[in-house]
Amino acid sequence: MIVWSQSALQLATNYDFQEELVIRPLHSGDIYASFQFRTLWETDFMRENKVSHYRLFPKSLGQVISKFSVRELHISFTQGYWRTMQWGQPFLPSPPGAELWVWFQDSVTDVDAAWKELTNVLSGIFCASLNFIDSTNTVQPSASFKPLGIVNETDHRFLRYATLPREIVCTENLTPWKKLLPCGSKAGLAVLLKSEKLFHSSFFSQTVHIRPVCQDRECKTTSWELRQTLNVVFDLHTSGQGKREWSLFKMFSRTLTEACPLASSSKIYIDVTDNPQEEYFELSPATPLLSQAVVLGDRRTFSVYDLTQQVTFGTVRSLNLLIRWKSTEGSMLRPLLHAERYVAGYGLQTGEIHTVMYNNHPFRSFPVLLLDSVPWYLRLYIHTLTVTSKGKDNTPSYIHYQPSKDRMRPHLLEMLVQLPPHSVTEVTVQFERALLKWTEYTPDPNHGFYVGSSVISALVPSSVAMDTNITQEQPLFSSFFPCKEESSYFVRVYTEPLLVNLPTPDFSMPYNVICLTCTVVAVGYGSLYNLLTRSFQIEEPNPRLAKKIANFIRRIRGVPLLS
Amino acid sequence: MAAPLTLLLVVAVTIRAALYRSSLAEVIAERVEVVSPITAWKRVIEGLALLDLGVSPYSGDVFHETPLVIYLFHFLVDYAEITFMLADVISAIALYLAVKEYNKQVVRKKQKFALEADRYPQDCLELIRSPKEMLYIPLKVAMFYLLNPFTILSCVAKSTCGLNNAPQIITPHCFKISFAVFLCLATYQSIYPLTLCAPAMLYLMQRQYIPVNYRRASFWWFVVQYLFMYLGSLFVLICLSFFLLGSWDYLPSVYGFILSVPDLTPNIGLFWYFFAEMFEHFRLFFLCVFQINVFFYTVPLSIKLKDHPVFLMFMQLAVISIFKSYPTVGDIALYMALLPVWSHLHRFLRNIFLVSCVLLACSVLFPVLWHLWIYAGSANSNFYYAITLLFNVAQILLVSDYFYAFLRREHHLIHGLYLKKKDGSEATLVLK
Repeated sequence: MIVWSQSALQLATNYDFQEELVIRPLHSGDIYASFQFRTLWETDFMRENKVSHYRLFPKSLGQVISKFSVRELHISFTQGYWRTMQWGQPFLPSPPGAELWVWFQDSVTDVDAAWKELTNVLSGIFCASLNFIDSTNTVQPSASFKPLGIVNETDHRFLRYATLPREIVCTENLTPWKKLLPCGSKAGLAVLLKSEKLFHSSFFSQTVHIRPVCQDRECKTTSWELRQTLNVVFDLHTSGQGKREWSLFKMFSRTLTEACPLASSSKIYIDVTDNPQEEYFELSPATPLLSQAVVLGDRRTFSVYDLTQQVTFGTVRSLNLLIRWKSTEGSMLRPLLHAERYVAGYGLQTGEIHTVMYNNHPFRSFPVLLLDSVPWYLRLYIHTLTVTSKGKDNTPSYIHYQPSKDRMRPHLLEMLVQLPPHSVTEVTVQFERALLKWTEYTPDPNHGFYVGSSVISALVPSSVAMDTNITQEQPLFSSFFPCKEESSYFVRVYTEPLLVNLPTPDFSMPYNVICLTCTVVAVGYGSLYNLLTRSFQIEEPNPRLAKKIANFIRRIRGVPLLS
Repeated sequence: MAAPLTLLLVVAVTIRAALYRSSLAEVIAERVEVVSPITAWKRVIEGLALLDLGVSPYSGDVFHETPLVIYLFHFLVDYAEITFMLADVISAIALYLAVKEYNKQVVRKKQKFALEADRYPQDCLELIRSPKEMLYIPLKVAMFYLLNPFTILSCVAKSTCGLNNAPQIITPHCFKISFAVFLCLATYQSIYPLTLCAPAMLYLMQRQYIPVNYRRASFWWFVVQYLFMYLGSLFVLICLSFFLLGSWDYLPSVYGFILSVPDLTPNIGLFWYFFAEMFEHFRLFFLCVFQINVFFYTVPLSIKLKDHPVFLMFMQLAVISIFKSYPTVGDIALYMALLPVWSHLHRFLRNIFLVSCVLLACSVLFPVLWHLWIYAGSANSNFYYAITLLFNVAQILLVSDYFYAFLRREHHLIHGLYLKKKDGSEATLVLK
């Protein structure tokens, strides 16, 4: 009866909250855990009278949406770099540091002012230094970042994208993120989110995604979806002490005791696709529930633990999942799209950025959109742009280049490149390093300057038919990116950020430099002044002192002077 | 005289062509002493590539050339090497003819002087040069320009400095109208040749025997005519540039860039490190001071040297080359080419040995210290900056030394060469 009234309450107020944890054992012995929390709320933030009654949806974010007329907001904080070749593709990719991209409503008149205020407000909400986002690191991508929610028309004037690759994520960012959850960190899956274990990982990423979604096939009703995801990869040797045995307690130093009472669904999925007959690892406690989902172009099988059922917790009233490995064989699904980036060249004058993209599909080629946002102090020379695949020239079919303006906006390069099957494509562009004013360097100038990750967006051919029905019941982790067609799925790959050194002036020298340079100018001025204002005269030698005194006395006496 | 000049041109073109074919061409094109953000060839190619991509070259901060350069190289980009060699050759020929013309004028003045020789002291006759001595000066000037390593480096790097120099050199040679047009072309490329208006006007007035007296109407009438032509052609050029891309974007990109110095790429000038280390509060003040410094020597120099416009032009060119915002060795080569015209002043030069040693040493040390700072990492920016300072001090001393020698010779022409004190012993001249 309690369950019935709970669901009735949810239907009445059009709220829905679901939480999910996906655990995927990786081939290298590490383990990948992805938390997804989704709140759906059928309301209209844009109407005249402000929404005042917030229940599951956090009030701070609701006010942000209505005040800045935000249509979509995607923010991520990541520590570490996702190693695609060792770990496969993540469910939700994110670049190292902080990334923020926002679609504003069509009604916004001054998008730049709204963006500036929005970054400052978000900086306060998440305790992060997002206030460093300004016009020098914000770009307007023209093709790479389409809206992920309901699409009306896409005028790219309302899109802003910025990354802060230098941003560090720590407990201070995790705490306000956890506060946005309906149950906080008190009940449900969020009790596992303890910072001392989470930040001892190889990869940590927390994201917030807000977008309007359709509730049904004809899209008669729309609701706002807030997704909070947390991805973490625990290292075998650092957190696992070298033993291939993972449990919830070992990973998070907590066990689960109950589901969040406000959640309509609370599940744990363990990826057992590579372990059909339990020959590689053993899962305990055993569960009869199995589910299949198409995720990242592959049909995967999951063992499911439903936390809303009391039987899951057993007699001890707590769930501590244990995954114990029996053998170390197993194959890994090679990712179809993979990218790397590095800086070539030597010295502090010039350099070359190389972006290498790998297409591992044996016979299909597909186009990818490459987005590069390079700060203004690395002056790109677009005439040196070369794209080669398998040693031959591969001209991009679409290039959108916006050159930088010193101290005002960065370079924006977007290209559509066709990757041939089973090939390596290399994109190179030369740049020149600028000398900045001494106040523009960070306090540790010899650490270098960061260049944000490149973003590669592609529709990768899928080996199984993707599900295009949005209203069907699907696990959260497989339904983030909308699927328009069955034969391909959307993938976004982020490359490494770059660390580039710039030539530095001597910071201890401002007074000295001013004095010395002004001295040189004064030498010029003085010489020319002398020559212009004075004329040549014969020098009459000054008489010696004794003679001068003698003459003076003689003058007094009235006697003729000495010569 | 045609044969030695032709031989010189052939040798110069051969050297440049040989260097173009070698691997040194790319190395030289990257050197900061030879190219600046305004004159680099890489940036011209970048501007043309941006135009091909459909983006205005002035929307970014890489391209700072005038639209006429886009016009020119849109068609000539494949023949760039020939264009730059041709520019050098034309500059050399123009210099040759200009100096020959000046020599004729000097001879005429000297003949006038000889007629009134009894008015002047006898011993200063040895200060006057004979036409035979002056015969080889135009060839020497052309040689100094074409075979100067600075000019060769500038040409091989395809720095548009060579194109900027050409109009400045052609000016002394032409009739009134084209005089103004070429000077206006030079001003349009970089603002600083504006100061060459004064020597140009004085030179023309001398050629047409108009007395330089501000009380006479003919003086003012000439000034008005000249300024009208000059400003008219400048206006035409600016409007033509507007019609190339249909916008005024190029004005802040070209002239705003030259005047406000936002790009602090190291070069051989004084601006870059000064503004890299400047306190923000004083930046505008010192920017104005440094820019005014280039322009304000015009009036005093013109008043002092109103009877010697060619020397005035030399002084102005030198002041521009030393104090402009993005100097390169190509600018230095321009005024150094004119030194043989005043080779008769060598007896009055005081510091020439020191200055030439310093200039030579600094020219060698520039690439060394750049390598140590940028590539080896064992030196820092102060080393390069110190050599910059020294180089500029040497140039200033060179210019002021020639000025001193010139003024002293004029003084001796009037007062006699061997001066005696009241008691009959040899006198020393000082500036008082």
